Amino acid sequence: MALGSFFGSFELSSFINALILGVSIASIWLLAALGLTIIYGTAGVINMAHGEFIMLGAYSSYTLQSYLGLPFFLCVPASFVIVAAVGLILERGLIRYLYKRPLDTLLATFGVSLVLMQGVRLIFGSDPKYLAVPQIFQNNMQLGFLNISVFRVVVLAVTIGAAVALWALFYRTRFGVQVRAVMQNKEMAASFGIDADRVYMLTFALGAGLAGLAGSLFGVLNIVLPTMGASYVVQAFLVVVVGGGTLAGSVVAGGATGELQSIFAYFTNDTFARFVLFVLIVVFLRIRPQGLFAPSATRR
Amino acid sequence: MGTHRRDFLKKTALVGGALVAAPYGFVRNIDQAWGAESWVKKGQPIKIGVLFSLSGALAVPEEDSTLVMQYAIDEINKAGGIDGSPIEPVIVDAKSDFTVYSEKTKELILRNKVVALFGCYTSASRKAIMPTVMAQNHLLYYPTCYEGAECTQNAICTGPLANQHSKDLIPFMVEKFGKKVFFVGSNYVWPKESNKNAKIWLQQAGGELVGEEYIPLGSSEFGPVLNKIREAKPGFIFSTVVGASDIAFHKQFKQEGFKVDSMPIASLTTGEIETRAMGNEFGAGHFLSAPYFQTMDNPTNHKFVEGFLKSKYGKNGTTHYNMEETYISAYVFKYGLEKALAAVGYDALTPRAIRDHSGGIKVEADVAPEGLIWIDDKNFNTWLKPKIGQCQADGSFKIVKSADENVAPDPYSIYPESGKCTADGLVAPDGKIRKSVI
Repeated sequence: MALGSFFGSFELSSFINALILGVSIASIWLLAALGLTIIYGTAGVINMAHGEFIMLGAYSSYTLQSYLGLPFFLCVPASFVIVAAVGLILERGLIRYLYKRPLDTLLATFGVSLVLMQGVRLIFGSDPKYLAVPQIFQNNMQLGFLNISVFRVVVLAVTIGAAVALWALFYRTRFGVQVRAVMQNKEMAASFGIDADRVYMLTFALGAGLAGLAGSLFGVLNIVLPTMGASYVVQAFLVVVVGGGTLAGSVVAGGATGELQSIFAYFTNDTFARFVLFVLIVVFLRIRPQGLFAPSATRR
Repeated sequence: MGTHRRDFLKKTALVGGALVAAPYGFVRNIDQAWGAESWVKKGQPIKIGVLFSLSGALAVPEEDSTLVMQYAIDEINKAGGIDGSPIEPVIVDAKSDFTVYSEKTKELILRNKVVALFGCYTSASRKAIMPTVMAQNHLLYYPTCYEGAECTQNAICTGPLANQHSKDLIPFMVEKFGKKVFFVGSNYVWPKESNKNAKIWLQQAGGELVGEEYIPLGSSEFGPVLNKIREAKPGFIFSTVVGASDIAFHKQFKQEGFKVDSMPIASLTTGEIETRAMGNEFGAGHFLSAPYFQTMDNPTNHKFVEGFLKSKYGKNGTTHYNMEETYISAYVFKYGLEKALAAVGYDALTPRAIRDHSGGIKVEADVAPEGLIWIDDKNFNTWLKPKIGQCQADGSFKIVKSADENVAPDPYSIYPESGKCTADGLVAPDGKIRKSVI
């Protein structure tokens, strides 16, 4: 493709629209990755069931909405609580026995993901479900030549809120200090009286809850199916790995990947955009395998 | 050399199979594989294979196909079966995995000795099993729409081909919503081939293609495409997006502020089941081309919809074009088997004989909910009437246009240089006949 035709369709207003859309795509990537960032960053667990936590979040919202008649904006926090509880049970029942064997967590959580997927299919069937949202979220906003859908703004706001809340939790609370201490050196932290077991348990539940929160929003953008998690888990892992497993890293990595995808898609097409993006990620990881902002501590 | 090697492989496989199977008491089956027993015996159940995905990404449409197939078989059996024998389905789950499709095909043909296969939804799965079906000279009923460009002697299709599917839809949309159109499709073979056909109809209708985009299968991010559509300002969108992506597409279309009245989506796949999954408010106003809609107002369809939804197979609560095509395929099989039995008798009956006698078979309007259809006696696809429906606020479709008469299926309509598909194979312009072209 000649460079001329590559940039031939350039037009400022539509390019700005593409940039704004990039922010929205980035917020979706980041929201999918936030929970995984915490679980991987803190406990070093490679959680293959992350996509299924997202799926569980969507199904929680669906169940609450269609069986209990809960309004959508209450379903979102409720999904957080429900999936956090599922994460808690999973951590207590399975993951906590595997912290010393990080590679085994990969297999175990992969197994869990299959169990969750088939379990949901047994309960709800394999036909797609539907999440209703208030009328106002179904429209778009137009400011001059700028166009963005209201629901994308909602997702962006929730993502920013969740990221800020996490930052405050990690850097402004006593619990956050404990988490960071455990992240840097578990044994040393334990010798200072921090209950590392409890920290792992709570961070895992928090990470699962964030996935549930993401799922209840993604169910509106997308489709509620037992297999819906699979498409998000890859994105989430890419963001976490590129970011290096830290919160700041994930924010920057999510922002960059989302924005690049939108820009490439603007100049070429969606399929090619993904191709370029994934190639760039591979090249980046070849040069900087530890990711953007790797924690300075020794890796487990 | 090639034949020798194939011969050798076949023999080795048979001997090897016999050695492995004999101790386990499968000797009887091996005898059958050599053709010692006939495929169908008088007074005994007629075995057919039902090969759809009950789990995985393709389960959404394919589970319905399995259910409606069972319903059709029950109905035929209650009415006395075929020549007094009931049909016995062997139902397998292909798990949305192409290797499983082809493994299960072998198992159904060689071990279960089914006389015909009903299965597959995507072209990819069909292409995965056809080599096996052709090697065994067996018979596949493929009950859905596809792109064409195949000419085998072992398949019968009851859905619309690409040349039938968009023939009326494109001129209709151009007339109502203007000449400019934007094509959006999933990135695989069926949308691309369908769009090649659609471009021909578009050219004939005097329309103009202002953009063409393909989205990775399963992708749920339509922001960039919708931005391009906003720039191009088409009168309507022609969509061949399938599956979960299709639902995300319709949802984001509305969420991004597009108005269905001024720029509707004309789709080849967004039917009753997709509309229910996305929510009626996201589907309302858009158009679909299909040979069947649940709302079709005729006694046969009333009986089909009521009977199916009340039966134990109607748990998913709807009927749609794909299910109806599957339903009539059971009757095409029944008539084909009866005709073949009358012609060659039980002893000489083979899957291939059923196929050879299926040309010209009619399914009358009192059996087929979509109305009279018949099987082409050359390419063994279906003569049918494509219809255009517009989705209403309650998620049902109102039929706004129906073809006056049945449209001929032509698998090579856009590749005239490849030749014409006949019962014996693909006849090239220079007169050479190629068999089993996929």
